[in-house]
Amino acid sequence: MFEELLFIFFSATAIGSALGVVLMRNPVYCAVSLVVCLFQVAGLFMLLRSPFLAVVQVFIYVGAVMVLFLFAIMLLDMKQIRYERLFSARGWVPYAVVAGIAIEFVAVIYGGGMDALMKVGATKAVDVKTFGRVLFTEYLFPFEVISLLLLVAMVGAIVMVKRSRG
Amino acid sequence: MVPLSWYIIVGSVLFLIGVAGVLFRRNIIVVLMSIELMLNSVNINLVAFSQYMEDLRGQIFAIFTITVAACEVAVALGILIALVKSRGVHNTDEIDTMKG
Repeated sequence: MFEELLFIFFSATAIGSALGVVLMRNPVYCAVSLVVCLFQVAGLFMLLRSPFLAVVQVFIYVGAVMVLFLFAIMLLDMKQIRYERLFSARGWVPYAVVAGIAIEFVAVIYGGGMDALMKVGATKAVDVKTFGRVLFTEYLFPFEVISLLLLVAMVGAIVMVKRSRG
Repeated sequence: MVPLSWYIIVGSVLFLIGVAGVLFRRNIIVVLMSIELMLNSVNINLVAFSQYMEDLRGQIFAIFTITVAACEVAVALGILIALVKSRGVHNTDEIDTMKG
């Protein structure tokens, strides 16, 4: 019962702050709202017994990615575009796309019978030891590839920002 | 234990909000934030299925998703800073160099 209450709190806050990201006009407020949303997702990871992933979520998303976003907002001086008109005229296509995806989700969730498929969830947490062993043995090659990708992205970002200055 | 479908519903709602943000907003930074929102909702689904199927490979894929999201933000903000400095665009509608 306590867990359900926590889940409802986390998910309601997450959905509310996600709506704030999309609906607020000032990009700084959007970024702060996204920080709140990412914290709630970390809480959901805790409820799913994945403490390592929750910590990684807080470190990387809230710590690195959002600081990068706020840094870019401050650096670029977003004042001039602070007041954009929301839901500006773009025809019916965006509405149709959103409605189509919503209908698809409802059909899959209510027609799929997922709870009947997986009635009992695991209640014990995956410890970091097992996690690390699988990551560094079975998934060693994808891990190396993703490290290389991170390096390439870092070098690429530095090169692009430097070239624009010269 | 919370039923699996609750997590799937929360993930779907967050994904829909992200799609709406990408399609309706014009500010490039807010569009990037909406993409982050979509990646996060996918992570919720991955971890939920991993936990309910008692298979930790979903969590490993969630780690990979977080890494790719970090790469994407670094490169995208680099492109954005270069764009703003070179030609002063702030909205997605103003980037039409490749338009035929």
